[in-house]
Amino acid sequence: MSAEPLLSVTDLSKHFPVTKGLLKRQVGAVKAVDGVSFDVMQGETLGVVGESGCGKTTTGRLITRLLEPSGGTVVFEGQDITHMSQKRLRPLRRDMQMIFQDPYSSLNPRHTVGTIVGAPFHIQGIKTEHGVKRAVQDILALVGLNPEHYNRYPHEFSGGQRQRIGIARTLALKPRLIIADEPVSALDVSIQAQVVNLLADLQEELGLTYVVIAHDLSVVRHISDRVAVMYLGKIVEIGRRKSLYTAPLHPYTNALLSAVPIPDPRGRSERERIRLQGDVPSPLNPPPACRFHTRCWKAQDVCKTVEPVLAERADGHQVACHFPENAPAVPDGVPEPTAG
Amino acid sequence: MSRADNSADASPAPPSYLELRDLRIHFPTDDGLVKSVDGLSFRLDRGKTLGIVGESGSGKSVTSLGILGLHNRRNARVSGEIWLDGEELVTAPPDAVRALRGKKMAMIFQDPLSAMHPYYTVGNQIIEAYRIHNKVTKAVARKHAVDMLGRVGIPQPDRRVDDYPHEFSGGMRQRAMIAMALSCDPELLIADEPTTALDVTVQAQILDLMRDLQREFDSALIIITHDLGVVAELSDDILVMYGGACIEYGSTDDIFYRPEHPYTWGLLSSMPRLDREPTERLLPIKGTPPSLINVPPGCVFSPRCPYADRTGDRAATEVPELLETRAGHGGHGGHGGHMVRCHMPPAERRSLWENDVKPMLETT
Ligand SMILES: Nc1ncnc2c1ncn2[C@@H]1O[C@H](COP(=O)(O)OP(=O)(O)OP(=O)(O)O)[C@@H](O)[C@H]1O
Ligand SMILES: Nc1ncnc2c1ncn2[C@@H]1O[C@H](COP(=O)(O)OP(=O)(O)OP(=O)(O)O)[C@@H](O)[C@H]1O
Ligand code: SF4
Ligand SMILES: [Mg+2]
Ligand SMILES: [Mg+2]
Repeated sequence: MSAEPLLSVTDLSKHFPVTKGLLKRQVGAVKAVDGVSFDVMQGETLGVVGESGCGKTTTGRLITRLLEPSGGTVVFEGQDITHMSQKRLRPLRRDMQMIFQDPYSSLNPRHTVGTIVGAPFHIQGIKTEHGVKRAVQDILALVGLNPEHYNRYPHEFSGGQRQRIGIARTLALKPRLIIADEPVSALDVSIQAQVVNLLADLQEELGLTYVVIAHDLSVVRHISDRVAVMYLGKIVEIGRRKSLYTAPLHPYTNALLSAVPIPDPRGRSERERIRLQGDVPSPLNPPPACRFHTRCWKAQDVCKTVEPVLAERADGHQVACHFPENAPAVPDGVPEPTAG
Repeated sequence: MSRADNSADASPAPPSYLELRDLRIHFPTDDGLVKSVDGLSFRLDRGKTLGIVGESGSGKSVTSLGILGLHNRRNARVSGEIWLDGEELVTAPPDAVRALRGKKMAMIFQDPLSAMHPYYTVGNQIIEAYRIHNKVTKAVARKHAVDMLGRVGIPQPDRRVDDYPHEFSGGMRQRAMIAMALSCDPELLIADEPTTALDVTVQAQILDLMRDLQREFDSALIIITHDLGVVAELSDDILVMYGGACIEYGSTDDIFYRPEHPYTWGLLSSMPRLDREPTERLLPIKGTPPSLINVPPGCVFSPRCPYADRTGDRAATEVPELLETRAGHGGHGGHGGHMVRCHMPPAERRSLWENDVKPMLETT
């Protein structure tokens, strides 16, 4: 694969200052995203998983420039947009849209579906062949809503339908890249499946590229071509779906996968589980070197002093760990320190 | 709505520790009467775990609050019978039901913050709960609180006992809430989405904990969730709720390996699974869950059911009964066997499952 990636993120970081007192003196920083790199190719789906607070949403908001990065670069369609002005960003915004986590709060309750889905046309001043109304109705049909819903209000719809309205709004501009932040987590399983299938159909029909952020490992496996696993602001593993799920390299990924409850009661007694101790540490004071060492059963002294870099261990499969799972043992125990 | 005056025809106390008979909980609202729970019956013994699954709004939480007597009688119409260890609770005076909370029955709520008081330390809340039912000194109760926090896996419980709820992480709060619920050794424990707000690694810890504690205390456990994986991990029996009623009930094996209700099939097929090769497409249930104000006539599931026309008009006109499809195979809580609420004859349902539905779930 020598093609240019549609999106290329390098060493991206976001540090939120933590302030104290009336004078808002800075006393520290939440390293919400701390040196994240990945590429997304045209037409593929990258899934981003990880536990609450690991920086998934922040990553999405940095890519779409809803937040200003503290460091690193974001290159989209070959252009460095990391610190591009909002004015110059505007034409690019069309090509890159975000679907939000909560189908309830992301729609303005006082606007009709027609106004909500039609807004991007007006804001971006897009010409339509048969008028905005017709264009909106076409999109509503595309996402499986009735075009007659044009004059209805969001509260008249169920959660799944609201999520469709949100998706319709992002599609209005015919984007190339969609960042979907937990697009189905607020929905019931039966509705979740409808929206997951819809995203797949749209991808096929419109050639969309997705970055799907979610904490549900089964949903992410279903929709992704490649998957990135985040822990405390860093990507600890990234690889093709199949190798990541069948032969995870990072102990954390392995623990995450083994913790998912499986709807197969007969297997419940013999299933092998890795039980992590405690909770995810605070991102205000992340553990030094390998951030996972406080919960890792394989941790050695080196894990507390030398940060493992994200390195390729198998075909297209990268991991940041001194003692990866399912991989040949690292020669001589002590791996090389972070190369400059 | 008092039933005390017709106690002559009230049914006799059942042998099970908990039994619900035709429980109905309705809320009159400006938009109409919300029939949140509409004719729910089940039994549960001590030492057994019942999983209740169903989509949002199917009446799971309203049922559990109903069992604990936590609905406000001024806006909730409760009828039917709730038998707990030989006592009927629907007709019992609120004070009598209150006295049972803590010791006989306790609940773990979905959101620990809303169930814990922010201005009292975690320890004080456990101490208070314990002293309502046990005549002991503060010092003894405190020691008990520390013990309980240790039991549920809070590190350094003798120090953390004096923390306030907000000083605990999400996982620790949920543990503290479990400690509080278990502090009086309740005989019935209802856990309403005990892990939904938690990360998967913490969820696994909490599920282990609940399993161990239930074994140790031999309590009857009801676990309410929308996650089929969670019920598969913990339950002996499973009750599938839809639109305020039970549409299928059976052993965990019945529900996962020989389900007979099209809604249960729909739940199983719409869920992506980590233990199977990924399928090309998920198989969603069409449409959306029913309104509980304008409940669809006939079978509540009929507007979404792909097999509705197999039973002609009946689907839309006649409410199917919850009938036993296979007798209980004792030893397994042994209650009532496998029950299904569907107009299709059992042979037709079984053949559909074997030939149409099950193969779809397994294809890659
Ligand atoms: N505006 C902000 N100011 C300060 N801290 C923030 C801000 N936004 C996010 N954070 C912190 O950054 C970290 C990462 O948050 P983020 O929302 O990206 O996590 P997430 O992975 O999306 O989690 P979830 O699964 O809960 O949605 C968290 O510790 C969060 O509290
Ligand atoms: N006090 C009330 N007044 C009116 N309607 C109510 C009241 N409490 C609950 N309901 C309605 O009863 C129905 C069942 O609610 P319930 O909370 O039991 O659902 P649930 O199955 O627990 O769903 P979830 O999975 O979302 O927690 C809902 O439609 C809800 O709106
Ligand atoms: S680097 Fe060490 S502590 Fe970190 S995940 Fe690998 S083995 Fe565990
Ligand atoms: Mg998020
Ligand atoms: Mg509920």
